Amino acid sequence: MLAVEVTHVAKSFADKVAVDDLSFSVAPGEMFGLIGPNGAGKTTTIRMMMDIIKPDSGEVTILGEKLAEATKDKLGYMPEERGLYKKLSVLESIVYLASLKGVDRKSATEKANELLNQTGMLDSQRKKIEELSKGMGQIIQFIVTIIHDPQLVILDEPFAGLDPVNTELLKGMLADLRNQGKAVILSTHQMNQVEELCDRILMINNGQAVLYGNLSEIRTRYRGNSVLLDFKGELGEIPGVTGKRPHKGYTELILDGKTAPQQVLEHLVSRGLAINRFEVATPSLNEIFLKEVGRKP
Amino acid sequence: MNKTLLILRHEFLHTIKRKGFIIMTLVVPVLALLAIGVLQLVSTIEKPPVVEMTAIGYVNEAGGFDQYTTQGNIELIHFDTTDEATAALINGDVPEYFVIPPDYISEGVINRYTLEKEVETPAAITAVIKNFLTSNLLSEKVPPETVYRIEAPLDLVVTRLTETGEVATEQGGFGNVIIPGIFSLLLAFSLMFSSSYLVQGLGDEKESRLIEVLLSSVSTRQLLVGKVLGLGATGLVQVAVWLASAPLLLGLASSTFGGFISTIQLPANFIILGIVYFILGYLLFAALSAGVGAISPNAREGQQLSMIYTMLVFVPVWFSSLLFIFPNSPIWVVLTIFPVTAPMAAMLRLGVSDIAAWQLAVSIAVLVLTIIGVLFLAVRAFRIYLLRYGKRPNWGEIIQNLRSG
Repeated sequence: MLAVEVTHVAKSFADKVAVDDLSFSVAPGEMFGLIGPNGAGKTTTIRMMMDIIKPDSGEVTILGEKLAEATKDKLGYMPEERGLYKKLSVLESIVYLASLKGVDRKSATEKANELLNQTGMLDSQRKKIEELSKGMGQIIQFIVTIIHDPQLVILDEPFAGLDPVNTELLKGMLADLRNQGKAVILSTHQMNQVEELCDRILMINNGQAVLYGNLSEIRTRYRGNSVLLDFKGELGEIPGVTGKRPHKGYTELILDGKTAPQQVLEHLVSRGLAINRFEVATPSLNEIFLKEVGRKP
Repeated sequence: MNKTLLILRHEFLHTIKRKGFIIMTLVVPVLALLAIGVLQLVSTIEKPPVVEMTAIGYVNEAGGFDQYTTQGNIELIHFDTTDEATAALINGDVPEYFVIPPDYISEGVINRYTLEKEVETPAAITAVIKNFLTSNLLSEKVPPETVYRIEAPLDLVVTRLTETGEVATEQGGFGNVIIPGIFSLLLAFSLMFSSSYLVQGLGDEKESRLIEVLLSSVSTRQLLVGKVLGLGATGLVQVAVWLASAPLLLGLASSTFGGFISTIQLPANFIILGIVYFILGYLLFAALSAGVGAISPNAREGQQLSMIYTMLVFVPVWFSSLLFIFPNSPIWVVLTIFPVTAPMAAMLRLGVSDIAAWQLAVSIAVLVLTIIGVLFLAVRAFRIYLLRYGKRPNWGEIIQNLRSG
């Protein structure tokens, strides 16, 4: 059973097509990246998955069924801009929002204390939300998102505004969720986080899918005609290499398109060059993103 | 627990812990207590000494007028000439005097002289002079009892009968207006405050995007119904506190205002209609506030928008003085039927006159239909505008969206 299955979904607002014929699926135990520039339609897609807004056409299936009230208890959602009841205490906020997900007060309190302990915030449980720093508030919001043990967790820009310590804490907790077999969807434009965490991605722009699939496959697909080389000695002329671009700590060799990287490596080894690093240049997700998003109007 | 009940519970607890709510709930009994205290204090200070004979001088140029020179506590002192009287006035022997001129019988003019600057002659003085003149004019012409009766010809006692000729249980009068008047004013304030809580709460949840977390857990209908009912529950608590403090306050007040308090009575049907209008009023205002909360991007704009209908609540109160003069004006029928003013208008009218059964029926029916209609539109507006955080849409857009959305 898929955690999410979105089929040919479309949504328009008064003067704008927000999502246009979008299809994708997410499996349990998968960390899935939903990426795209601002205004691409990520948040609209998430809101349709959450049944906060209805699609104009197409179908959304969550955990094998159309989203119903009972299904909502199995979802965890953390919106991009975050807020909680400022005047409520940390514990009260968590317990109330957990109760709306069908968790009774006693279990919610126990679980909240456990998670607060895990995040090193147990001392803050009686503090009011307005007394917390932004990063701490964000951790509380994350606890609210996962306290009811959801099968599907959707996080909109989860790392925005977090310091490196809390970022690592969050990453660790997300990895735990995946290992427990939950489906996790990260919506973000921070490509490095996606590269580090996600198995598969959907890149959208102007409401349409631009790239969809396994991250390493996509990167292989976008592999360019160059190799990265760190060496000692004189490089000289290399057959099949049309250009050299010096970078800090390495040189990028541009191949002519007919020569394989393997052939270049063999040539260099045969010349007795001391090679510290030889790597087929794979574009970063950021480069792919810029290439794809820059290409479309 | 049912999710609607969870929201109800949360909203209820959240609201009754608000400073504004606590102040509003306690301020009414406390203010009443203060008012009673102040009045009691004033009445002890101002209590006139029991025996203080005050004198008024008079000069009789017309003849007669030499009997009945004691009028209540006031002694009338005769002077032969105006010069003597003026001297006595300047010396402080008398605070004032009046002159009965020779042509008094034909002209009726009395000249009064005083050192005080006055807007007009105090009513008590006028009464003393009038009784003195009347008594003397009639003396020896009619028996003294008749003289007394002419001075105080009637003590009007009104009894209202029912259509079957029996004495009606509800007798009217100002005592009848007090409770409905106070109740409607409190209800108006209560509606105004609670509407502002709902708009504020929704605005805050929208601004903090908490609304998205809530809607990923519950449906729009659950959220809205929970909020509206939670607010209604806080309103009931508020009124219960006020009502509970009433017997105590009335008990305290009766020692001050004694006789008047005993005339206070509740109009028939008041309790039942009061509760019906209270609940319907709350539901209407909560639904209106939910709608306003839905189309406003933040709490501040929502509050401004909600002023429109919260001001309307007070319209019947503004015109309440006219109610005593024209209790049957068609304006009152309109205000009783127009849903936003209906609770206040009905409460006020109950104290002053009877309301025709058909008017009450139409008023309640219109109120119920309006609540259903507004709730329906509010849920719709909620879905359409809840996730728009930018500028508030203009009215044309809203109407178009509600039609198509």
